[in-house]
Amino acid sequence: MYSKGFKPLAGATVVTLATAMALVFFYAPLDADQGFVQKIFYVHVPMAIVSLCGFVAGGIMAIRYLRSGDSSWDVRSYVAIHLSIILGVGVLATGAIWAKASWGHWWVWDEPVLVSFLVVVLLYCVYYPLRFSIEDPERQARYSSVFAIAAGAFVPLNFAAVRMAEAYTHPRVLSQTGGNLPGEMRLTFLVSLLAMTLLFVTLWKLELISKHASMQLKRLKRKLAEREAVAA
Amino acid sequence: MPALPLDEAGKYVAAAYIVFLTLVVVYVAIIGAKIARIDRELTELASEDDQ
Repeated sequence: MYSKGFKPLAGATVVTLATAMALVFFYAPLDADQGFVQKIFYVHVPMAIVSLCGFVAGGIMAIRYLRSGDSSWDVRSYVAIHLSIILGVGVLATGAIWAKASWGHWWVWDEPVLVSFLVVVLLYCVYYPLRFSIEDPERQARYSSVFAIAAGAFVPLNFAAVRMAEAYTHPRVLSQTGGNLPGEMRLTFLVSLLAMTLLFVTLWKLELISKHASMQLKRLKRKLAEREAVAA
Repeated sequence: MPALPLDEAGKYVAAAYIVFLTLVVVYVAIIGAKIARIDRELTELASEDDQ
C-alpha cells in the first residue's frame, strides 16, 4: 500500500542530500559576517521549514480523516506530526548550537523566532499524552484529529505573528523582496530545502510501511487465534 | 560578535550536522528494527501455520 515508489524516492533523497552537503561545503561562499558558522543555516532553516510544514500537513490529513472516517488518514496525520516533532527537536538543538557560536549564548529568551518555535514544539508534545491516554481507537483518532487541526492552524498564525513583530534580531532569509541571500547561497539553500523535504517524505513513508505491516500482523494473529479457538 | 576562527567554528558546524545525522540514523534504525521484528514474527507465524 505505502511501499509503492519507496525505493526511487529513497534513492532520490540520498542523491539530493549528498548534493546539498557538497554544495554547502564546496560551493556556497563563506558568509562575510558570520564566516564558517553560517553553514549551520543550511541544515537548521530547512529543518525548521519542513517541520512547520509537517505540522500543517498533519492538520490537513486530520481534516481528511474527520471528513472521510478513513483511519489511514489518522495514521498519516500521526506519522507526519511525529516526524515533525523529531525534526523540531533537531531545529532547537541546531539553533542552540548556532546561537552559542554567533551570540555567545545557548538560548536567547527575547528572540521571538526561537521562543515561538519552542512554543510550537511544546504544544505538539501534548499530542502524545492526549492520543495515547485514549484507549478506544475511534475516539483516539477523532480527538487527535481535532487537536492536530487546531494546532496546525496555530502554526501559520504563530509564524505570521512573529513576522509582524517589531524586533528583527533573527536574520530573515526569504521575504517578498527576495531576501538578502546571494545567488550561490540561495541555490544551496533551495537544494538543502528540497533534500530536507524529500527526507521527510521518505521517512514518513517508511514509518507508514512499518505501521501498515504491524497492523496487518495484528490482524493475522487475531484471525489465527480465532481459527484455533473454533478448532478447539 | 566577530566571526569565529575556522578551527573554533568547525566544532559548532560539526556538532550541528552530527545532531541532524544522529536524529536521522537513530530514527531509521528504530523503524528498521520494528520492520525486522514484524518480518521475524511473520516467518514464525507462517511456519506455525505450516505445522
